[in-house]
Amino acid sequence: MKYILRRFGFYLVAFWAALTLDFIFPRLLPGDPATAILGPMGDRMTAAQVEALRQALGLVTHASLLQQYFTYISHVFQGDFGLSYANFPATVTSVIATGFVWTLLLGSVSLTISVVIGHLVGIFAAWRRNGGFDIVVPPLFNFIGAFPAFFLGLGVLFILGLNLGWFPISHAYDGTLQPAFTWQFISNVIVHLVLPALTSVLVTITVWVQVMRNTMVSVLAEDYITMAEAKGLSQNRIMFNYAARNAILPSVTGFGVFLGAILSGQVLIETVFSYPGLGFLLVRAVGARDYPLMQGLFLGITTGVLLVNFLIDILYTRIDPRIRG
Amino acid sequence: MAQEINASEMAKPLKSRKFDFKQQFQWAYILIRHPQARIGLIIIFLLILMAVFAPIIAPGGKPVYVDTPNLPPGGSHILGVDPLGRDEFALVVWGARISLEIGFGTGVLALLVATILGMIAGYFGGYIDNILTLLFNLFLVIPGLPMLILLAAYMKQTTSTVIFTLAFTGWAFWARIIRAQTLSLREKDFVAASIVAGENHFVIIFRQILPNMINIIVGGIIGSTIYGIAASTALAFLGLTNMEDISWGTNLFWAQNGNSLLLGAWWVFVPSGFLLALAALALTWVNYGMDEITNPRLRSERELRRVIRHIQFKTSRATPVLRREHSK
Repeated sequence: MKYILRRFGFYLVAFWAALTLDFIFPRLLPGDPATAILGPMGDRMTAAQVEALRQALGLVTHASLLQQYFTYISHVFQGDFGLSYANFPATVTSVIATGFVWTLLLGSVSLTISVVIGHLVGIFAAWRRNGGFDIVVPPLFNFIGAFPAFFLGLGVLFILGLNLGWFPISHAYDGTLQPAFTWQFISNVIVHLVLPALTSVLVTITVWVQVMRNTMVSVLAEDYITMAEAKGLSQNRIMFNYAARNAILPSVTGFGVFLGAILSGQVLIETVFSYPGLGFLLVRAVGARDYPLMQGLFLGITTGVLLVNFLIDILYTRIDPRIRG
Repeated sequence: MAQEINASEMAKPLKSRKFDFKQQFQWAYILIRHPQARIGLIIIFLLILMAVFAPIIAPGGKPVYVDTPNLPPGGSHILGVDPLGRDEFALVVWGARISLEIGFGTGVLALLVATILGMIAGYFGGYIDNILTLLFNLFLVIPGLPMLILLAAYMKQTTSTVIFTLAFTGWAFWARIIRAQTLSLREKDFVAASIVAGENHFVIIFRQILPNMINIIVGGIIGSTIYGIAASTALAFLGLTNMEDISWGTNLFWAQNGNSLLLGAWWVFVPSGFLLALAALALTWVNYGMDEITNPRLRSERELRRVIRHIQFKTSRATPVLRREHSK
């Protein structure tokens, strides 16, 4: 319990740090959003016109920096990030909510596939170490994983999407369809999910294979494995109930560490396939100089990552009793 | 006899003791002997040569419009033409400059910060350590690419600001490793001896502890360079760096945004991506060699495998123990 409380305290500090960074970054911008949005056009505007834009964007304030900071924090806790510039009448919060659904869908599907297959490959590779499977499959995944996420995405898009034309290459569903709980809509979503999910699996799978294989190799050297073999237990039972079960722990710890990398990959993959998740929205917000949306997305993504990390910590105390002590 | 020599050696002032190159740089020798690391070093060297001599390999200065956009490879353009009508071969050669510059710049800057902060945390301990460790962990838990995108969106884009933002998001991992290593080195007898001898903290940190971590630091520079090359390419691909620059990332940006893929112009994105992966792979191979320096067990395992190859033994489950294969 003490451990969980300590971790919770850390994530609170991390949340505060993200909140503060989110407040400081926009103030590093040379000039202000109004001049950035106008760009070269700004030279042709009269001072009054620029001032009017600043008024409209809510940039005119007489509050001190400290006062602005506290107003900002109180707004964040009310879930109020203001209005998105690019999607004008929509609030930042509502835009983030739609992106969140797609990111969660793509992330959970691809991660489940990658974790399950990756671990099975790791187990079999370690079981017959230096055998044919071990020599071919893990290095192959390693080689594929060495390519950057967006490059794999482009390759998959080009071969499976354009040349063979098997799957749609962009968006989460056809624009002609209305979101509804009909088979037509759901199957359309699944078909659109294939290429981004496949890319994401190709990018992340090597991590699980490596971690599982390496831990399995050292677990298989333990005395209790020799003992289990001496007892004449079946090979399957030793492999899964004795070795794999004890080798899974580093994967759980690793999950928190790799989460950032997985997320980075997903931002790029969403951009390649124009998949309307949080990453795609973030990149588009930057392109459109939609500062409120950028701020909201960064905080939203960071909060999500912190929450998942905290859940992993709790899970960890469940499966490793040594931590609880 | 042997003791006498030692005693006279010890009596000499530190500077006049003979500098044993081979012993000081033993790690470099191991690296060159490691087969993968050697290939990696050669590839990196060739890529750097290509970047440096870009004006000779692809003459005519920075690539500009020369021919019809999206022309396939062949004729005077061996790798084809990109959607802006520029020669793809020239783009790839010139692109190496900024990509490698940012990569190595990030590697060195990130490790400079990581080494200083990591060693301060590990050496001084106490509340300094607590605060710095908290800082490392904060930087590790806040997702890197979103922070990078946000920073890139707010800052003016030049090569040096890109290096700065990449180092800012990438140093913490290595700082934690260096802190751990400093903690363990700090307990060693030779550090205790220097403290007793009345050396100041500065001398102990830089003359006693730092030289023993060179291999980790070099490994870190290589690792951060891979990160720098990959992440800067990702940023450029997202259109967040200066689009007038030519790097492998901007080449890929135009491949995606110039609709080359829809036209089937694979030659626009394959060469830059290939060199990018080649650079990353070569650096990873060099790091495999570095792993063997830090972890001698790996080295001995490889030697062992070589020795027993012609005997019909097989190293099985247990790493250090030799067993016959299952008779089943």
